[in-house]
Amino acid sequence: MNEIIESVKNLSIGFNSQKGKQISILRNVSTNIKKGETVGIVGESGSGKSTLALAMMGYIKQGLFPLKGECLFKSEDLLKMSSRQLEKIRGRKIAMIPQNAGQALTPNLKIGYQIDEALRLHTDLNKTERDKKISELLNKVRLPSPETMAFRYPHELSGGQQQRVAVAMALAGKPDLLLLDEPTTGLDVTTQAHVLELLRFIAKDTGTSMIYVSHDLGAIAQVSDRIVVMYAGEIVLEGPARKILKEPIHPYTYGLLKSIPKLSLAGLPDSMPGSQPQPGSINEGCSFYDRCNLAIDHCKKNSPDLEHIKELDTNVRCFNHKELINQNNNLQTSITKKTNNSEAIEVLKLKDVSISYAKQKFFDQLLNKISDQNPTVKDINIDIKKGETIALVGESGSGKSTILKSIAGLLKTKDGQIKFENDRILSSDLKMRNPNDLRAIQLIFQNPDESLNPNHTVEQILSQPLKLYFNLSGEELKKNIIDLLKKVRLGEFYMSRYPRQLSGGEKQRVAVARAFAAKPDIILCDEVTSALDVSVQAAVLNLLQQLKEDLGTTYVFVSHDLAVVRAISDRVAVLYQGRLCEIGPSQNVYKFPSHPYTEVLLGAVLEPDPDIKPKLVAEDIVEEKPPEKGCSFQGRCPRKIGDICNSEVPPWQIGENGNAIRCHINIEELASLQQ
Amino acid sequence: MESNLITEDKHKNKLEKAFEILKTMASKPSGLIGLTIVLFHVILALISPYIAPYDYKAISPNTMLLAPSAEHWFGTDSLGRDVFTRTILGGRTALTVTFFGSLIALLWGGLLGIFCGLVGGKIDDVVMRVVDAFLSIPWILAMLLIVSLLGTSTEVLIPALGFFYGKGIVRVARAATHDVIAKDFIVSARARGHSNMSIIWNEIIPNVRDAILVEGAMRWSWMLLGFSSLSFLGFGVSPPTPDWGLMISNARGLMSFAYWSVIAPIVGLSSLIIGINLTADAFAKALGIDRSTKAPV
Ligand SMILES: Nc1ncnc2c1ncn2[C@@H]1O[C@H](COP(=O)(O)OP(=O)(O)OP(=O)(O)O)[C@@H](O)[C@H]1O
Ligand code: SF4
Ligand code: SF4
Ligand SMILES: [Mg+2]
Repeated sequence: MNEIIESVKNLSIGFNSQKGKQISILRNVSTNIKKGETVGIVGESGSGKSTLALAMMGYIKQGLFPLKGECLFKSEDLLKMSSRQLEKIRGRKIAMIPQNAGQALTPNLKIGYQIDEALRLHTDLNKTERDKKISELLNKVRLPSPETMAFRYPHELSGGQQQRVAVAMALAGKPDLLLLDEPTTGLDVTTQAHVLELLRFIAKDTGTSMIYVSHDLGAIAQVSDRIVVMYAGEIVLEGPARKILKEPIHPYTYGLLKSIPKLSLAGLPDSMPGSQPQPGSINEGCSFYDRCNLAIDHCKKNSPDLEHIKELDTNVRCFNHKELINQNNNLQTSITKKTNNSEAIEVLKLKDVSISYAKQKFFDQLLNKISDQNPTVKDINIDIKKGETIALVGESGSGKSTILKSIAGLLKTKDGQIKFENDRILSSDLKMRNPNDLRAIQLIFQNPDESLNPNHTVEQILSQPLKLYFNLSGEELKKNIIDLLKKVRLGEFYMSRYPRQLSGGEKQRVAVARAFAAKPDIILCDEVTSALDVSVQAAVLNLLQQLKEDLGTTYVFVSHDLAVVRAISDRVAVLYQGRLCEIGPSQNVYKFPSHPYTEVLLGAVLEPDPDIKPKLVAEDIVEEKPPEKGCSFQGRCPRKIGDICNSEVPPWQIGENGNAIRCHINIEELASLQQ
Repeated sequence: MESNLITEDKHKNKLEKAFEILKTMASKPSGLIGLTIVLFHVILALISPYIAPYDYKAISPNTMLLAPSAEHWFGTDSLGRDVFTRTILGGRTALTVTFFGSLIALLWGGLLGIFCGLVGGKIDDVVMRVVDAFLSIPWILAMLLIVSLLGTSTEVLIPALGFFYGKGIVRVARAATHDVIAKDFIVSARARGHSNMSIIWNEIIPNVRDAILVEGAMRWSWMLLGFSSLSFLGFGVSPPTPDWGLMISNARGLMSFAYWSVIAPIVGLSSLIIGINLTADAFAKALGIDRSTKAPV
């Protein structure tokens, strides 16, 4: 167990800037990977974690070069090897599983053939042995019916299944070291939990060492024996997983853990100020200095070394780590938010809303109606109260964005009505809505890279709604823009910046400012934090909450992350295949009884705690279409009771916590089943 | 408080930006050469009427087919006209016709492309079919027809060339628009209730402009070749207008003993085409547009 497989020594990697300066993106990184051990490398985007992982395979991205140090794989330096030598090692001894397995598989070749290729390349087995090995491998990654899987094409598999095939291919050469770069990012929550569980099993079963790179501490916590925390190209903390997660003695890790929303905690997570410095911008002192709340003057000029703390078996890069040793019981706190219980005036009502993407037939087009018996979204009834935050939760494809789009008027509804303020029906055609209604409902999107025009400055971006709705111009316009920027905690000098000159969090703040420019009553937020780093996510969540408390805005908040939802929302509606399953106060979502689907989602939440393991109850299959009749969840429900689920739409029942659940199982029975 | 991401300098007005792009273009040898050639031709075209030593249409039997000399730097042609005069003035003709031709191509091609990309669906299909069908007729035959019906004045040639060279631009503008309209910032503008015109003007055009301009620059060099071919075949501008295509055509029988009368216009034409090509390439690179995937039509 103590044999070292790979050892990185004083590795620095950098590039030459346009001005000819040498800029390092990895600085003095040293670590060892032992046999059979899974090491999690965690860090925000840009912290250098992927660069490190790739270097461990002897691969340096174009434009980068090693400045010093070595990567010893079984005491041979990978960085000095010829490509011939590397070929012998890659795939055979060190294998990699990429982030997007779907794209890494060749689309027009059958799965079995692709695994066979890998076997031919990396082993010396003959045809019959390989055939046996293929089904063995597919079995190992627990694909249902491996025999038929081998004859399928990649596009016939779900994201999770594709990721499993990638694992199978990586295992083909019996590698000593398996490298995984964000292998579950982009997968659905339930799928993600399943893939992680598989990886854990494989690690134990085969004794392969693994390096697991991710920005997600929740995922890292599930698989790692040891964790390495990267910040701005340096290792800032390294040690046994349990110690790092329970007693983080570096201020960054401490802050990071506090900024992750947790299911068991009501209220918003603490946020860290600022964002990670760009490569090349730190000249002296600790790289975490401007975000650190333990910083002392000494840190400004002197950079700390990685120091070994014997009693904790960890390495830490901080002068002040002692201060944190006894502080860790504070990890479980959060910022309480004001909940809104005022007079429940309803501002927005969705009544029997159905939405269909089906192509209209010619006659229907003439009659202006949509005939689709099984629409993407069906029978949505939600009353949204003024000043509340209501969350829509569900996996990818559950129709969350679809519902938001039709509230915004971007998608026509098939049936039902959307009523705004005093039961006034909003036209489902954007062009028919009056300008004041358009102003009153604003949208914020998931990815600020896409939602801000790259050719406009922040000033131009913010002036659009101000000009459109309030006809502002000149000095007054400028004053309003500055006010808006101040609201989202950005300085005046951001006005002349282009989106590409902003960090992810700053971009999202500009998007938030643009939505607030309209002085809206309702803001529709579509996964607004899921493209952001955790520490930035917490800051944006806090900002949204603050603005809402100040201005009394109503949010419809779409997310796939139950912990985030619990943190920000007052009420939550759970969707499966475009049908509502459960709706209720969000402080109770994690209390039972829950709808069986909510239960599955809750079980899959990854918490940054090695003691909380996901509970996997449902298959991670992906359903293409909602069922024609009966309960929408019948295809995956672990608690399905029989034919009635297939034939009859379940009734709504109200649980003791005030949440309405739509299931055929009697609610008391459901509660006792779930205890 | 945050952001150390100022990788680029802050505020810039349009002029400064244009200058910046020129600087980037000139920072590579190929771009610098291209720019120099084009600049040289443009300046020559502008000043040629004032520096031309002779009258371009003065025929004189006494000076037929003279070899280059101090009086006639590039010699004279079969009608005794000064080849230097006709060459520099020929550049003026070529540049004027193709510049305005390209402008027309950009305008109709760009607008139609943006329109098609925007509306999509059936209308887009139909328009693209029509454009394709129209332009699958060999352009040179079509030009022939047009010129024989309407004459060979520049008032006919410019719009006709502009029309035929706009096809590729329609394609590029349509593809660029398609890419852009799927983006969330367009959805966002629509949801706010901006008018279609405002969306086209504020959100789409700034994002497709670069791609269209680069395509236009490329088309310009092809149009130059096309225009000269027309003249060469006798369907371009009519004599005695000084024009490279015409000059090459008139002198091609005399190549063996009066090479000078044909070399100057050939050098002029090819250098200008190469210059525009290099410039367009450098322009594309400076704007960060990858042209390699788009095969010339
Ligand atoms: N333009 C479209 N045409 C046809 N079907 C669509 C279209 N957009 C979405 N769908 C389908 O509608 C369903 C709901 O999609 P929607 O985008 O609302 O899901 P979502 O819950 O927002 O998912 P995600 O978490 O991935 O954003 C999915 O099955 C999707 O494939
Ligand atoms: S060295 Fe100083 S600035 Fe750096 S993390 Fe420790 S306390 Fe903070
Ligand atoms: S109705 Fe049946 S299938 Fe649906 S959630 Fe309840 S038990 Fe499961
Ligand atoms: Mg969505």
